[in-house]
Order: sequence, then structure tokens, then C-alpha cells
Amino acid sequence: MTIFREFDSKGRDRSAEDRRRHRELIEDSIKKNIGDIIAEESIIGKSKKKKIKIPIKGIKEYKFIYGKNKPGVGSGDGSEKRGDKIGKEKINKGKEQAGNNEGEDIYETEITMEELIDYLFEDLDLPFMERKKFNEIESEKKFKRLGYQKKGIKPRLAKKRSLIEKIKRKKASNRGKDDEDEEERFPFKEDDLRYHHLRTDVKRESNAVVICIMDTSGSMNMTKKYLARSFYFLLYQFVKRKYLNVEVVFVSHSTTAKEVNEDDFFHKGQSGGTYISSGYNLALDIIEDRYNPSIWNVYAFHCSDGDNWREDNQKAVKSAKILCETCNLFGYGQINTGGYRPSSSIRSEFSSKVKYPNFSVATISGKEDIIPALKKLLSKEKELME
Amino acid sequence: MMEYTIKELKNWNEKIEKIINEKGLNCYPQEFEVCNYEDMICYEAYVGMPSHYPHWSFGKAYEKKKTLYSYNLEGLPYEMVINSDPCIAYLMKENTLLLQILTIAHVYGHNDFFKNNRLFKVGTNAKRTVEKFKNHGDRIREYIKDPTIGYQRVERILNAAHGIRYQINRVIGSKEMSNEDIKKMLIDKYNKKIKKADTKEKREKIKYPNLNKIPLEPSEDIMEFLINYSDLEDWEKDILDIVREETKYFIPQIETKIMNEGWASFWHYKILNELNLPQELHLEFLNRHNQVIKPFMGGINPYYIGFKLFENIEKRYGIKKIFEVRKLERDQSFIRKYLTEDLCMEMNLFEYSKKGRNYLIEEISDKEGWKKIRNTLANSVGMGAIPIIKVTEVKNNTRTLILEHVYDGRELELTYAYETLKYICILWGSKVELKTIIDEEEKILVCSEDKKIVIK
Repeated sequence: MTIFREFDSKGRDRSAEDRRRHRELIEDSIKKNIGDIIAEESIIGKSKKKKIKIPIKGIKEYKFIYGKNKPGVGSGDGSEKRGDKIGKEKINKGKEQAGNNEGEDIYETEITMEELIDYLFEDLDLPFMERKKFNEIESEKKFKRLGYQKKGIKPRLAKKRSLIEKIKRKKASNRGKDDEDEEERFPFKEDDLRYHHLRTDVKRESNAVVICIMDTSGSMNMTKKYLARSFYFLLYQFVKRKYLNVEVVFVSHSTTAKEVNEDDFFHKGQSGGTYISSGYNLALDIIEDRYNPSIWNVYAFHCSDGDNWREDNQKAVKSAKILCETCNLFGYGQINTGGYRPSSSIRSEFSSKVKYPNFSVATISGKEDIIPALKKLLSKEKELME
Repeated sequence: MMEYTIKELKNWNEKIEKIINEKGLNCYPQEFEVCNYEDMICYEAYVGMPSHYPHWSFGKAYEKKKTLYSYNLEGLPYEMVINSDPCIAYLMKENTLLLQILTIAHVYGHNDFFKNNRLFKVGTNAKRTVEKFKNHGDRIREYIKDPTIGYQRVERILNAAHGIRYQINRVIGSKEMSNEDIKKMLIDKYNKKIKKADTKEKREKIKYPNLNKIPLEPSEDIMEFLINYSDLEDWEKDILDIVREETKYFIPQIETKIMNEGWASFWHYKILNELNLPQELHLEFLNRHNQVIKPFMGGINPYYIGFKLFENIEKRYGIKKIFEVRKLERDQSFIRKYLTEDLCMEMNLFEYSKKGRNYLIEEISDKEGWKKIRNTLANSVGMGAIPIIKVTEVKNNTRTLILEHVYDGRELELTYAYETLKYICILWGSKVELKTIIDEEEKILVCSEDKKIVIK
């Protein structure tokens, strides 16, 4: 006897747990690719709330499958002829050939920059750092609105609210009347007026500046700059999290240094040799002029391929020491890509001669090194706090 | 919300059952469950088994289906039928009355197919289906709950096991030979050869079989091999066994997709034509039916091909013949035997392949081309779509596992092969090598113990 029954899941969601786990795996995959994602982003001027679309390769279920050289059969409309082109392989620019006949599962997820950075810092496993250890100035500029009050000064008159109060009173006084005389004036009364209730907030204002110093000599090619840029971006994001007011300074140098804007910093190359000290000295000048270390928390980081001219090494070490004494954190990232390694690199000089607890040296050979390098730098700060 | 009552469905069902009995379909008792759209997606994701063991891939399947449906990239499923006795089918509540009638008729087609096709009769035990899935689910849940095992370790093994789930014995009904049987067979073979050799020289060339070799004979059942010879813990082997059992249950469905859908479509069409539907419903029926069996341009719609073939067989050989075909064949033999030149032409089938970056039409259905098209299609359906990988030996000194891809002109997709090798490496615990052919050259993909891949 055939049975018919109506199914009622009673609100039970059988797949909830497996879906949760799947989403968790996707998040992991975002974290793993985060280096890729941020390398594309411009450092400054991007709103935290800006949504970026990131394609996430679905969590694949690998098994043995046939590749693209397998023949296939399809239905047509009879107009097909031998040799007709019916399709083209999709090419993913620059990357390995994507896709197969299984159909790539690409999830395009929209997340905000902030969420992305959250993922990242969650991964960095940093403890919550309090601000008080850093330089702060107290300012009373911050006001906080706390509703309305009946007494107040003119500049704080809440116009919209006052109007609402008047309308309320008008409605109440007209209640019960048969006809409303539209012409009748209904002026404001003292009682209608409302004022903003403000509280002056003693806010600790914390300022920080990120000084990005980069070697833009001939040997720094686009790949190297690209790595440097990703690093600076993350450093900036990190600093921005901790301080209310963050500024960024770009110093590019070859044998001489100059302060430039972001665009030039990353896109304009210079030819010629390398005096690292020139960049450091300009950074120190800028700090002295504009970012008094007693008010500003200074973070400086220098990226170079280490190919410093030998006669400058001495000076560079000296300036690096001063930077260590001036800044909260100072780091040096040596970018090694490709086969070429300078015979004597400034890296070893720094490692042996600059001994400060707030100084960090990292080697970056590929985008996978960026996050560990950042971690290393930031762990210095963690140690300093403890 | 429903534009029909269960009572109405029951009435239509009675009429349908009557026709079915007259026509000689032989079904399991049938149970219908009417559920809503979301439950339907859920059933689909869990292969119709709500008691199924948990794994993220089912969560993924759910999300994927839901996305595809909500973007209208895929038609909603009207029904889902389980190969079980009694046969369970889910009907989607949101269907129109006509769709429910059509679906009920369609379901009986599947039901009959499950009960009578050789692959299902030999390869599955419909009476125990529901119980088996429940039992598997319970076992895996127990391992997850076990504090010495836990979710992550179970997931790790499931990930790997799912990666090689189709690398099992694919011939349904073949006798499973014990090691003793194989040894005996190898010795017999040797003796026969010796007898045949007429000179001493020839006899010396024949080697005595190595009876200590693991495995004795190359085997396509990598799952079984790992269960027998790996150092996995018992619970891990049990998980492999669960996944292997489940795949065995599904192989008949994979092997008969075109026949099964063709058979069900053939019957729903016949049945609905005999139901004397009111004109309005009849028009909707023709419309829906044409949608179901509409050819996919550039692809294969199993409903279409299967329907056309059964219709053609009936026309040529009579109704008795189609019952025999549904009993004995699977997609590969079905297509090889019954896809004729005329049908190929009528369906405008063509063959394509990739040349450089383009997909080009290689063959069209004419006098010269149709046979090649038929053969290509027959070889790529069912398990033919899945590469055969054999375990050939374990190197004694290093415990390296040697696998061989049985090359038939189709190459492996390498990125997938690498990752799958890593899975095998996780289960085997030492180095794994896979012999294959890339660009007509023999290559060996090596996955070291620390899961690094090199091609030699």
C-alpha cells in the first residue's frame, strides 16, 4: 500500500553544522590567501567600510579526474561541421591554468577591508595592547552628545527636536476642537526648545606616524616593490588599529633621499646607487620637524634589497641606531627575489651591530614571507610591553 | 499554499498504480514524502539520507545547490528517489498538481528500475539501505564523540577517503577473490605455461610467480588495499570501509544514469498519456515533459538520450524487449548496442576535443562519424568518466606504494592528481608514486612522505 506523508522538519536544520564547518574552511582559505589580496590594495585613503570582492576558490574535493584532453560528446542542432570552433579555454591571467570540466567552485565573497584585517590579526595572535604605554596627549576636543535638555545655550539649540516638541504641543492643544484654523499662528514657546546635552570627553588622543622608507635604486624592481608595498600596507593597518590619528610618510632614496607621495613611492624608480643612510637621515629630519617623539608614536620601516654601497655601511648603521632610539619600532626588511644576492649585504651589518629590543630584521623572498615578517616586527612590541 | 490536497495526490496515485500494474512494471512498495523546497535541497545534499554521517562536503553541496537554484542556474528538483525497499521518494511541496502527478509516475519508473536492473540486484541490498546509512552515520558520530579521536581526526580521514572513494572495484558482480584464490590461480597459470613450453630454454624463461608480492595482482581497489595493508588504526580503517560501502551502493546509479532517467521518462510519458488528464493539465504535461527531455546544446542530457533510446528500442523490437534491456544493460552497453546511426543523426550528436586553446568539433553524425561518436560516448559514461588507478606493488625496502594509471588516451588532470596523491600518502603513511602518461611521455608523479610532489 503506497504511503503519502507530509514531512515537517520542525525547524530542525540538518545541514547547519556541516555548513558552519564549510564556511569555517572558507575563512581559513581567505586567511591563507590574505597576502595576495592585500597586495592589490592601495595603502591609504581606502575606507574601512569599503567592500572588496575577493574570489575564493571553493574548498575543492580532490579526486582523480581526467584533464582537458579528453574528448566529449554533445547535442547540436545539425548545423555543426567538422573543425568548427565551439569554445575557448578560459585563461586566468598570469596564474596557472584554472578550471577543469568539473567546474571550478568559485565563491565570490564580499568582505570589508576591516573584516579582512580582522582575519589577519586574529591569525597573528596578538594580545590586546593597551594604549597607555604609548605616548598620549590629553585633549578635550571630543564632545559627546548625550540626548537633549531643556536648558542650554543658543549654539546648542536642537532645531529639529524643538520643532517636534512644538508640533506635539499643537496637536495636543487642537484635540477636541472641531475645525482647525490653519491660519492661526502657533509660535514657539520657551517650553518647546530643546538643547543638545553635551559632555566634554577627556579623550586620550594618540598619534602615530608610519614612516615608510624604501630603496628605489635601480636594483629594486617591481616585484620587490610589490612585496614592500604589501608589507607597508599591513603595518599601516596595524598601527591604525591602535591609534586614533595616524599619518604616513613616504621616503624614497637612492643615493639621496626625498619625501614623496604614495603613488610616486611605488611607481617611480630611480637609477643609480644606494646610500641607505640618506633615507634614514631624511626620516630623522622629518621626525624632528613634524613628529616630536614625545607626542607621536613613530613606526619606521625600511625595505631594500640590501645592495648598499660599501662606503655607506658605517653611516647607515649609525643612523639606524638613532632611529631605534627615536622610534617605537624600527624594522628592516631585506627583499630577496630571484637569484641575485649582493655579496655584502647591509642585513648582516645590521644583525651584528644594531642591538636594540625594538629593532627587527626580516628577509622577504616572496609574499608568503610578509606575514611572518610582520609578526616578527610586532612581536618586538609585544616583548617591549611585557 | 499547496494547490492540491494529499487526498488528490492519493487519487491520482491510485490511477497511476493501476496503469503500472497493467503494463507489467514490477515495483517495491512506494512511500512518498511531501517536503518543502529547503528540505528538498537538504535531502539532495545528503544523498537522500538524513541520517548520513556529517562532513563539510555536504554543507558545501547544500550551499552550492541553493546558490544555483536562487540564481536560476539550475532547475529545481521535482523529486528525489532512493534505491531502498520500500522505495522512498521526496516530492517538493511547491510543485504544481501536474508536476506532482508527473513526478509520481516518474518515481515508479525509477522504482521498477532499482528493483529489476541487474546492477542494483547484484550490487545493492535495497532492504537494508536505510538501516545501513543510519549505522554508518552512528559509527562516525561515535568516533567524533570519542575523546581519544575527535572531530578533526575523523575529518582528516574522511577528506582523504572521499578523495579516493571511486578507486574501488568497479565491476559489479565480479567474484571477490581471496589471496589464497589468487595464489592458486597464479600457480595454475605458471604450470600451464610450463606445460606449453616445449624446450628447456623456453621453460627457464618462465618465472615462478612471487607469492609474497603485495598485492599479488595489480588491483584497482585502492580503498580495499589500504584497509588490508596500511598501518591505519582500526577506527580509521572502519571509516575507509564505510566510505567504500557507500560508494559501492552508488556505483549502480552512476553506471545507469542515462538508462534510469530514460526509463523513468519513458514511463511517465506513457502513463500520463493514458491518465485522461483534463485538457489544461494535459497541456502543462506536454510542456513539462518537453522541458525534461530537451537536449542540452553542446552537452548530454541523460533524460533526452535515455528517452530517445528506449522509445526507439520499443519501436524496433516491441515492448517486451525494453524490459529485457532495463534488466541487463548499463549505460555503456546500452549505448554501444542501441545508439544507432539514425538516432545519432536525429539527435545531431557531435564529438569535440581540445586543440590548443580551442574546443573544436572532431566528428559529426554522418556515415563516417557516428560510430566514433557512439564509442566515445559509451566510454565516457558512468564509471568510464573516472580514471582507473591500480595498485601494482609495494617496494620492500622503502615501503613506497607504486600506483599506475591505466592510460586510455585521456590524461589525468594534474593539479587534482597531486592533491589526491597527498590523500593517499596520508592514508598509506609513506611515499607514493603514480605512473602515468603526460603529453605521450611516461612520467612518474612522486609524493614524498612530507607531501612534496615531484614529477620524474
